[in-house]
Amino acid sequence: MKLSALQQGYINRRTNSFRGASPLDASVDGGAKSPAAVFWLVFHGLCCLISLVLGFRFSRLVFFLLFSTNLYSTSQLRTATDLSDVLTLHNKVSSSSPPIPQSPPNLTRVVVGRHGILIRPWPHPDPAEVMKAHRIIERVQREQRLQYGVKNPRTIIVITPTYVRTFQTLHLTGVMHSLMNVPYDLVWIVVEAGGTTNDTASLLAKSGLHVIHIGIEEKMPISWEDRHGIEARMRLQALRVVREEKLDGIVVFADDSNMHSMELFDEIQKVKWIGAVSVGILAHLSDSDEELSVVQKEDVGNLPMPVQGPACNSSDKLVGWHTFNSLPYQGKSANYIGDRAVVLPRKLEWAGFVLNSRLVWKEAEVKPEWVKNLDIVAGEEEDIKTPLSLLKDPSVVEPLGSCGRRVLLWWLRVEARADSKFPAR
Amino acid sequence: MKGGTFVGFLYFALASRIGAVELGRGQPTERISGSAGDVLEDDPVGRLKVFVYELPSKYNKKILQKDPRCLTHMFAAEIFMHRFLLSSPVRTLNPEEADWFYTPVYTTCDLTPNGLPLPFKSPRMMRSAIQLISSNWPYWNRTEGANHFFIVPHDFGACFHYQEEKAIERGILHLLQRATLVQTFGQKNHVCLKDGSITIPPYAPPQKMQAHLIPPDTPRSIFVYFRGLFYDVGNDPEGGYYARGARASVWENFKDNPLFDISTEHPTTYYEDMQRAIFCLCPLGWAPWSPRLVEAVIFGCIPVIIADDIVLPFADAIPWEEIGVYVDEKDVPKLDNILTSIPPEVILRKQRLLANPSMKQAMLFPQPAQSGDAFHQILNGLARKLPHDKNVHLKPGEKILNWTTGPVGDLKPW
Repeated sequence: MKLSALQQGYINRRTNSFRGASPLDASVDGGAKSPAAVFWLVFHGLCCLISLVLGFRFSRLVFFLLFSTNLYSTSQLRTATDLSDVLTLHNKVSSSSPPIPQSPPNLTRVVVGRHGILIRPWPHPDPAEVMKAHRIIERVQREQRLQYGVKNPRTIIVITPTYVRTFQTLHLTGVMHSLMNVPYDLVWIVVEAGGTTNDTASLLAKSGLHVIHIGIEEKMPISWEDRHGIEARMRLQALRVVREEKLDGIVVFADDSNMHSMELFDEIQKVKWIGAVSVGILAHLSDSDEELSVVQKEDVGNLPMPVQGPACNSSDKLVGWHTFNSLPYQGKSANYIGDRAVVLPRKLEWAGFVLNSRLVWKEAEVKPEWVKNLDIVAGEEEDIKTPLSLLKDPSVVEPLGSCGRRVLLWWLRVEARADSKFPAR
Repeated sequence: MKGGTFVGFLYFALASRIGAVELGRGQPTERISGSAGDVLEDDPVGRLKVFVYELPSKYNKKILQKDPRCLTHMFAAEIFMHRFLLSSPVRTLNPEEADWFYTPVYTTCDLTPNGLPLPFKSPRMMRSAIQLISSNWPYWNRTEGANHFFIVPHDFGACFHYQEEKAIERGILHLLQRATLVQTFGQKNHVCLKDGSITIPPYAPPQKMQAHLIPPDTPRSIFVYFRGLFYDVGNDPEGGYYARGARASVWENFKDNPLFDISTEHPTTYYEDMQRAIFCLCPLGWAPWSPRLVEAVIFGCIPVIIADDIVLPFADAIPWEEIGVYVDEKDVPKLDNILTSIPPEVILRKQRLLANPSMKQAMLFPQPAQSGDAFHQILNGLARKLPHDKNVHLKPGEKILNWTTGPVGDLKPW
């Protein structure tokens, strides 16, 4: 911390006056104070007071005024603080060149030296500006998508089986918000077990999406096995709607409790006829079973997330499937809805497949010969486990998401306890 | 102020031609032409000849050997330009046919332990170099340096000081009065920028920037981005001197604004974040120029230039008003208003201009040199100054420069 010479002078004088207090007193008693001594005392006190208030700014000012040799006309001291009033007063009195209102053409209008920090009266975000900025960001991102994203994006047809139960609002809102964020045209076919209800309809109306709400007669069964079967039939019913309405686009099977990433919808635009994506399975063994020993818990906890999806060889050709291995969960899986145990998926889930909607049309100009007729497939009584049943030859499936290496959606089944009192029925 | 910027926009739209939209690699860009015309892609070979003086290695190689950090800091342009000229087709070994003479003296390579260059010996080094070339070759005395050029990339160019007040007091080194200066500093009506100087961008390492590119379809979700100091507590404890208070003003007005991603941190994802931003602030610091401009151009982020009267690199070849946004220092409190009131079409156009590969090339100093890069732009600038004026050559016996002007300390031999 460097002290100015003047301030050091004050300190010296202060210590001197301390030490020399008694001889001064003696001389004071002797006769009248000389005017010079009085003047210096007063000046000393004044400087002490000013430096107390302004601190080192005062010393810098004194240096500038008295000792500085580079006074050039382009420099001015301009400060914005109230304490600067004293400084500017000194400035106006003793500066050698008055401030030039209009700088001559050769001199810059940019002055060197101290400037005020300009702060507007209320330095906080203005909501109108924030909205305008968000519109600009949206426009820029739209332009980016036009330039670098998918050219000629196709409509996405989302098929969701659902039914009224405790967690329906929770799950369906999640899917709804994901779909509301999809930047492409969307048709959402919601199939409800037990007939269409007003609860579901009012929930879907909040989305503002194009929704086709249909219902099937049967209620959702209690056991998970049966539920998987009913859901498959509900999806086939939706595919019949696609066939009847001749909806054109890409069919995605979004179950209401699944989680979808936005990249999924960008990736599936690449599908030609039928594609498969990797699905992460969230079948976590919860610690609801207190009898589970600590060792077992650690074993299961360290397993990576199981992934279902296409398996490729090194030249990115489909060679097989990663399916769900239910061995670690033997005997610990849920049997009925509301069971506390974990719910396991099938070997391959519907959610991992996407179809070109023309595959299910009755007549299409270019329909590959390896696809079976939907009516024939759906007419069979056996359980349709995956859309692969629609194909005569499963090797035509296109692997998506850099050949299944990227997990684009996650599968989960979680329901409220069986004795849940909501919704009141 | 909006009216003023609009009128300014119109004026510069007249001064520079805007070419048709061309589609390149799925990405529409526009041709860039400044007030000198469509000159970014000119080839300087055949338009000028440069003679490189062979100075003893104490002026260049030995200095570099003492401190190899000079190759990576933002003043490295002087070293790379020397290397480029040595192997360039514009170099001639016959000085009689040369249009320009280059003196390779590395004045910005005396570094502190922190890596900042000390300019205190630079005037003496430059004087000593000029004395050498004037005594060993007759070409300096023929023109007193009017067809010589020097690269002085330091904070205030050939004023050789880092503090603006002292730099203004010193002024440009007297012996360089008639020479052409190639410098990074540029400010209108400033003592340290003489007429006819060529402003260049500061050196930014091209490989480092290329290594941090992210896919162009990553959506730009940050509105305004800035990383750097707002207050320089070490050198300016009172505040108000650093950046003429402009950076502090940005902080005080917008520190709680969610649109402004500004902070003093040094994130490792700095380059990636710039590619996710629409506007990048390039305010002045102790000097008006900064490598942020180069980084913003490379990463496609529209530069918001907050520095009064600044002269940007290659100002005659690049129409900066159409590419960046100029904001007066006194308008900083209204910065959010200024940026949001730019029409979206204008913003998209600026992004298209920034996407032009010749624009990005012109800001870089790649090794080895590629066509259209900053080295070639410097040569183009020198070529545009040809043919030399008649008063370049002095009559025999005529002397203009006074070899003894300047501070006494400068006259000591180096």
